[in-house]
Amino acid sequence: MSSTDAGKQPAGRPILQVQGVDAFYGHIQALHGVSLDVHYGEIVTMIGANGAGKSTLMMTIFGHPRARNGRIIFDGWDITDEPTHHIARRGISLVPEGRRIFQRMTVLENLQLGAELAPDSHFDEDLAFVYSLFPVLQKRQNQRAGTLSGGEQQMLAIGRALMGKPRFLMLDEPSLGLAPLLVQQVFDALRQLNEEHNMTIFLVEQNAWHALRLAHRAYVLVNGRVTMSGTGKELLEKEEVRAAYLGGGH
Amino acid sequence: MSETTRAGAAAPSPVRNPVVEALKEALMAGLLAATLASFILGVKTVDAPGGLQLEYRWHWVLIAFGVVAVGRFLLRLLWWRRDAALPGAAAAIGRSAGQLAQPLGKFAGPALLAAAFLLPFMPFIGRYEMDIAILVLTYVLLGWGLNVVVGYAGLLDLGYVAFYAVGAYAYALLATHFGLGFWTVLPLAGILAAIWGMILGFPVLRLRGDYLAIVTLAFGEIIRVVLLNWQEVTGGPDGISGIPRPTFFGLEFKRFGENTFHQFFGIEFSPMHRLYFLYFIILVLALITYMVTNRLRRLPVGRAWEAMREDEIACRSLGINPTNTKLTAFAIGAFFGGLGGSFFATRQGFISPESFTFIESAIILAIVVLGGLGSQIGVAIAAIVMIGGFEVFRGLEEYRMLLFGLLMVVIMVWRPRGLVSHRMPTIFLGKERKAVSAEMVGEGSG
Repeated sequence: MSSTDAGKQPAGRPILQVQGVDAFYGHIQALHGVSLDVHYGEIVTMIGANGAGKSTLMMTIFGHPRARNGRIIFDGWDITDEPTHHIARRGISLVPEGRRIFQRMTVLENLQLGAELAPDSHFDEDLAFVYSLFPVLQKRQNQRAGTLSGGEQQMLAIGRALMGKPRFLMLDEPSLGLAPLLVQQVFDALRQLNEEHNMTIFLVEQNAWHALRLAHRAYVLVNGRVTMSGTGKELLEKEEVRAAYLGGGH
Repeated sequence: MSETTRAGAAAPSPVRNPVVEALKEALMAGLLAATLASFILGVKTVDAPGGLQLEYRWHWVLIAFGVVAVGRFLLRLLWWRRDAALPGAAAAIGRSAGQLAQPLGKFAGPALLAAAFLLPFMPFIGRYEMDIAILVLTYVLLGWGLNVVVGYAGLLDLGYVAFYAVGAYAYALLATHFGLGFWTVLPLAGILAAIWGMILGFPVLRLRGDYLAIVTLAFGEIIRVVLLNWQEVTGGPDGISGIPRPTFFGLEFKRFGENTFHQFFGIEFSPMHRLYFLYFIILVLALITYMVTNRLRRLPVGRAWEAMREDEIACRSLGINPTNTKLTAFAIGAFFGGLGGSFFATRQGFISPESFTFIESAIILAIVVLGGLGSQIGVAIAAIVMIGGFEVFRGLEEYRMLLFGLLMVVIMVWRPRGLVSHRMPTIFLGKERKAVSAEMVGEGSG
């Protein structure tokens, strides 16, 4: 599949606005006034090194830890102080770092748990959709999730998130621990979700090369601060980004 | 030299001689056994003029040393080959037994159920056997109740006996003060226990694992201590006596008086009737527990319990409310504990705080763990083995505790995930319908 056309910039209204958010772990400040926007129909990525605060940002959007300053607005609702499970019910699904699938339960049970928020009547339809996106999950549906390969587990985690019929999908390092071929497969699936099903996607990634090629727009996070932003293509071409995150090459 | 690295610095010779290795191990094991035995077997207190005196029995220590050392030597030499570690060999045996157990599992449930219904009519069943059967079933019920909390929801509860006590005292107090009957109080006792379950649940919502275990342990003790000291209400250490027996649609199981069971049915009085009746009450209560918990497991709330046990953060991000999930697990587990307690009170006719010590919690927890966390049939089997076995070996007196401990160790080495470690998924699509093996799941990670 060719890389996403960076010229296509949806100018829809914002679905997620993060405004000057500070987050702390105890006394240690992990996020310093982070601001970003994600618009309807976009793929936005946040790249950054290990420990830059990417996962903290994801979890802060989900209310755990809470943002100490600043506001987080989802689809017009202020979700800054809402409990995590309420935020999920607003139509955000998170694919957490390290996948966090339910290891001892079967693939199908995992998907069923993802559907906890969706009305029952949609279950078969949603299941068929997830299986069409990741056919391997259907083959493994009665298998224990812990016995899946890393890539299959990542697909299951994404599939589980999709079963809740989200309007907005967040992914925390979906490429973590995957072989390059599987990374490509997972990212292709995300692109398909966005292009064919108009899913708005926000992902944080260490794998800047893949993430920037996929995303319409991107932010760079360094030590808890947003230092750069632009289209995926723009950032791919920036010398600082290439040096810091792409190993200078490609 | 690469072959010496495994032998380590302790081995002076570069070539590992299996006999020497085995001898060394045997010596170590023997010394360990002798050290333990010197306190347990080597010293005995005897009555003597002027108080207790110590009697030394060193030959026992020597025997312990000999048995362990020789046993270890032979095991090491003949069975645990060179590098095969103990857990590996044991797990292999466990695996083959597990494969054997799977087809057995299909028939075990119905067979056990049929046996349970037919048991009272067997010719060899006397008063003593009925008593044991009732006791076993009480623990089956409690095991299934605790299984919801520990097995499904993964919340380690060391104070389960508190709910058992709440149920028992609820019935005893309501019956002796207000004259309410067993059948009226039974659901009330369950509900009261469930409320206490939630009261315990709230402060421990944020706790997991060891911390949760300690708080629940304390909670169990608090309830017991309150029962012990609140003399005006609970009778303190004297307990409550004269708790009414359950009635069969208003008919009492008495030799004399009006409205008695044997008069109504025109049969001769037998004290066994009441035992049969109690047996069927607890059997039905246990079956209700089984069916309710089994059904709940397939509902969203039950799925959420199991998911919460696997990963709480993932659950939250899927929109599952962790507070409700944990509280329902505590409440439902406690509810069945309360039912069990009520039954206990009506069976005994007398209760005191002494019946609700920590050891009860430990036994119920052991039943759940040995049976296989989350496996209902496993819990039933474990209750039969543990409580039944406990009674069968009564003749061995204090040695049965030793046997009991040995049994636990053997089961945990042999089948570290409990007797029945297969987990039956709650939903199937397609043709294959099979239990999911617990193999390759690290112990303690579930």
